[in-house]
Amino acid sequence: MKKNDVYLIICILVVCGGIALITNLVTRAKTTDAAVAVVTIDGSEYGRFPLDVDTEETIRFEDGSYNTLTIHDGICDISEASCPDQICVNHMPIQYNGQNIVCLPNKLVVTIENGEEDDIDGMTH
Amino acid sequence: MKTKRLTTLGLLMALAFVLSYVEYLLPLNIGIPGAKVGLANLVVMVALYSIGSKDALLLSFVRVLLVGFTFGNMAMMLYSMAGAVLSFFAMLLFKRTKLFTATGVSVIGGVFHNVGQIIVAIFVLETASLIYYLPFLIIIGTVSGVVIGIISSMIITRIKI
Repeated sequence: MKKNDVYLIICILVVCGGIALITNLVTRAKTTDAAVAVVTIDGSEYGRFPLDVDTEETIRFEDGSYNTLTIHDGICDISEASCPDQICVNHMPIQYNGQNIVCLPNKLVVTIENGEEDDIDGMTH
Repeated sequence: MKTKRLTTLGLLMALAFVLSYVEYLLPLNIGIPGAKVGLANLVVMVALYSIGSKDALLLSFVRVLLVGFTFGNMAMMLYSMAGAVLSFFAMLLFKRTKLFTATGVSVIGGVFHNVGQIIVAIFVLETASLIYYLPFLIIIGTVSGVVIGIISSMIITRIKI
């Protein structure tokens, strides 16, 4: 390792660490109480689940595969899935605006969004 | 000479294939999808420094095809291919500048592998919010790049292919 390598590594780590920290703080600050988990399958919306209601929803696909979405104490998680890699199940639970869980084999995306009543558009009406 | 090139490539190919398999058996579960050590990149790094860029690219390309057909599926192959190609050209570019040693080049490889995969995932899933993962994946790519870089520079100085 030469000096340049060390500079490169430090630069990447500082820049990305900074961006990660800032986006994390911003999403935390932006999250409202009316946040919903939006489930999207292959680009089209499947359903919206409010985070303040405890639910367990099993999303079944035509080919027999499934993902089980669990909302508990305002935290959203995929508790069970048929996919081979189980990345979505091992993914840490999400609760802040903009966070998401992705299941690539089933083309399923769960994203946390703020409730509509807290939108800027909603307030100006 | 031709036979030597053929056997060297075959040997490295088998090595990359086995390392991909080892990684497939021991996935890293730290809550972030796509986080990997990238053991196969070790072989590509050694190839890049010892047998030249053309053969290294060929090696990287064939590895993704073989691993994709054996352990994965079309979607997985698409992600790996985007990551492998982008990271290869980034590494080649950084190597050509002669500013960095194998460690720096390997770090760039690790970072761009993840960038390539995220770009494909954004297009496939039509979800731009995946970009949130990018800083974390780049940090992981850097860490694994350092590890792979240190090991590969040890190999490059000791083994003459």
